[in-house]
Amino acid sequence: MLVEMIFAGFGGQGIMTLGMTLAYAGMIEDKNVAWIPSYGPEMRGGTANCNVIISDDVIGSPTTDTPGAVMVMNLPSFHKFEPKIKPGGTLIVNSSLISDVSKRDDIKSFYLDTAGVAKELGNLVFAGMVALGGLNEAMNLVKTESLEMALKKLLPEHRHKLIPLNVEALGRGAALVKNGS
Amino acid sequence: MSDVKTIAEPVQEKLVFDRPKSLTKRGFTYCPGCGHGVIHRLVAELIDEFGVQDRAIGMASVGCSVFSYWFFDCDFISCAHGRAPATATGVKRAHPDAFVFSYQGDGDLASIGMAEIMHAANRGEQITVIFVNNAIYGMTGGQMAPTTLENMVTTTSPLGRDPILAGGPIRMVEILANLDGVAFAARGSSSSPRNILKAKAYMKKAFRSQIEKKGFGIVEILSNCNTNWRKTPQEANKFIDEEMVKAFPLGVYKDVFADKSKK
Amino acid sequence: MSESQRELMKGNHAMCLGAIRSGARAYYGYPITPQNEATEYMSFHMPKAGGSFIQAESEIAAINMVFGAAAAGVRAMTSSSSPGISLKQEGISYIAMAELPCVIANVVRCGPGLGNIAPHQGDYFQATRGGGHGDYRTITLAPASVQEMAQLTYKAFDLADEYRNPSLILSDGVIGQMMEPVDLATIPAKDAPKKDWAVGLGQDKRERNVHTTIYLEPEDMAQMHLKLIDKYDRIRREVQYYEEFRTEDADILIVSYGNSSRVARTAIRHLREEGKVKAGMLRTISLWPYPYRILNEIASNYKAILVLEMNWGQMVEDVRLAIGDKTPIHFAGKHGGLLFTPAEIEEFVCAIDKDPNNPKTAWTPIR
Repeated sequence: MLVEMIFAGFGGQGIMTLGMTLAYAGMIEDKNVAWIPSYGPEMRGGTANCNVIISDDVIGSPTTDTPGAVMVMNLPSFHKFEPKIKPGGTLIVNSSLISDVSKRDDIKSFYLDTAGVAKELGNLVFAGMVALGGLNEAMNLVKTESLEMALKKLLPEHRHKLIPLNVEALGRGAALVKNGS
Repeated sequence: MSDVKTIAEPVQEKLVFDRPKSLTKRGFTYCPGCGHGVIHRLVAELIDEFGVQDRAIGMASVGCSVFSYWFFDCDFISCAHGRAPATATGVKRAHPDAFVFSYQGDGDLASIGMAEIMHAANRGEQITVIFVNNAIYGMTGGQMAPTTLENMVTTTSPLGRDPILAGGPIRMVEILANLDGVAFAARGSSSSPRNILKAKAYMKKAFRSQIEKKGFGIVEILSNCNTNWRKTPQEANKFIDEEMVKAFPLGVYKDVFADKSKK
Repeated sequence: MSESQRELMKGNHAMCLGAIRSGARAYYGYPITPQNEATEYMSFHMPKAGGSFIQAESEIAAINMVFGAAAAGVRAMTSSSSPGISLKQEGISYIAMAELPCVIANVVRCGPGLGNIAPHQGDYFQATRGGGHGDYRTITLAPASVQEMAQLTYKAFDLADEYRNPSLILSDGVIGQMMEPVDLATIPAKDAPKKDWAVGLGQDKRERNVHTTIYLEPEDMAQMHLKLIDKYDRIRREVQYYEEFRTEDADILIVSYGNSSRVARTAIRHLREEGKVKAGMLRTISLWPYPYRILNEIASNYKAILVLEMNWGQMVEDVRLAIGDKTPIHFAGKHGGLLFTPAEIEEFVCAIDKDPNNPKTAWTPIR
């Protein structure tokens, strides 16, 4: 198994933490993982992004130009990364903020109304988790329990009361993908 | 005088002058008449008086006193030019109970080492700084120092220091006294026995500042460089008393031990 | 779910954890990107471990504080990035001459000048040839992962103490900023060794200790030089670290280190999966001493050697020193702070495989 992913969106959408959560969960499942924030020219153009790699083997390059999966939370990210996805790869689109649709037929695309679900859960901050749940379902990466454990490690103690809602957001995202959004 | 003993018999010997324990047996290599010898002696006397020879750690600077570890009998580090206060900081943080002092000249402390002295003082490092100001770069052959007086001739100010072009003599203890971390700051002189005793009294307080953990202590001591000033030692000491003190007034600029009720 | 001791950490944090667990109790730093995580981490964790932390007024002050702490017998460290490391060279030269152990970490960015904050490997010569004035060397280790940031820093302190010499960690922005698991079991917390040569208390019960770097008499200095040379020779024999990756059946050998070697690993796997070229890699971990011995031994097993560096060609000179003209050497550089991509490395390798003697890509010191 070798999955190279890019997470991208506006600064403030929690992109970095979402990537870290997935990397941590992968580590909990004894996989090799690497997370790296956007660097150099990638930092420009209204997107914050990170690369996450999960692998059974020792990880080589920590960055990728040909990701197997991309999760985009805003429009500039969509334009920047959608064309880079490897044929056969997966695209998760935050359709609450992105109205464009991929014209590629060599990738699987999912359009998730993350904000809609997050609002139902009572707070927009859960939008990212909805998307992550969708990505995890589409790629079959890690168990939800591993993501929950990762959140326990990554979130400060006083935020732990939010973990159940985060887990619910993950599940709602996964359900959207399962139902073919 | 070999017959004195036979006349005054029996002799009651009373030792009135000896070499401080904290000086090695090595003879000073400074120029005759230079102030370093007497200032070394004052530091060593105080190390003896405070009984800290077993935990004194000195920082030699770069300049004429680069070899001061030849003369002080305690642990020593010969530091990079101007960096003694930073190196002293590293030592003191490792050994808070050591007595850590730096012995620096004016080029070292007030020019290249300006950042290190300012910030060590501002952090209130528990160290004692002996700052020997002879208004010139001695070891390198008499170049202009940051403390060189206006119109003073040096090898790099052959027409005299022009304050328009080169600024004026920098007054370090006045500047340092403004910093909260400084417990004691004073300026003395090595030009006469009276001044030497006064300088020692200042140095004693700079020692106490560290030993009693009050903060950073510095004593600037005006000293002569008769060789590079092209003067005899007597003329040079007279120059300190008559000219140098105008630019560098003697006195105490900060004293945490002062009785504040008298003010 | 395994009960592993793995933690997901940033490279710069892992480096600091490795230092503290090896018994480091002094850290002095100054802000510069991309190593700020190190100074920030130490500002909290060093005092917690009972050590001293100071945000120094400059890089120069920081290294001179390390000089003092090292002379006082404490395992001491500073870290910075390229322009800051240039400033530290004065202090490093003094520490090398005074034969004091310490660790200096360079999270390399792109230069010369202010350059940019992107990763680069342009400080190779500075790190491996001494860096400051005078005839000295610093042990230089190049981590290629977050795990190695922890482990090699831990090791760097041991080497520094063993040889009484400064050790350098040469990483870069990518290795410093990325997160990977660190196995804490590989860096068990330990106490630093006691040093009888350190300045400190209790001088009435021993000879006094003096650390100096000035020897005005050339004859005295020559004695010191001979002592250092003898030590450096010993280090050269005893410290040559490297990793071989799929070298056994390779036709083309890549030589690389740090971040570049990771991209090379991906490229090598891909080339083999596609059945294009059998490539392998010698990843150098110690950059000084350079692993000349192994390179010299294995060089003639390959059609050609490709040296990959994110610079204009620095380590390639060491490769040439190691093997002479036994095997054609090719060089591929990457500039400006841009990263290699696996695709471009694959392209280089394929071209060299087709024409191992192509003078257009061959590297030679003779122009």
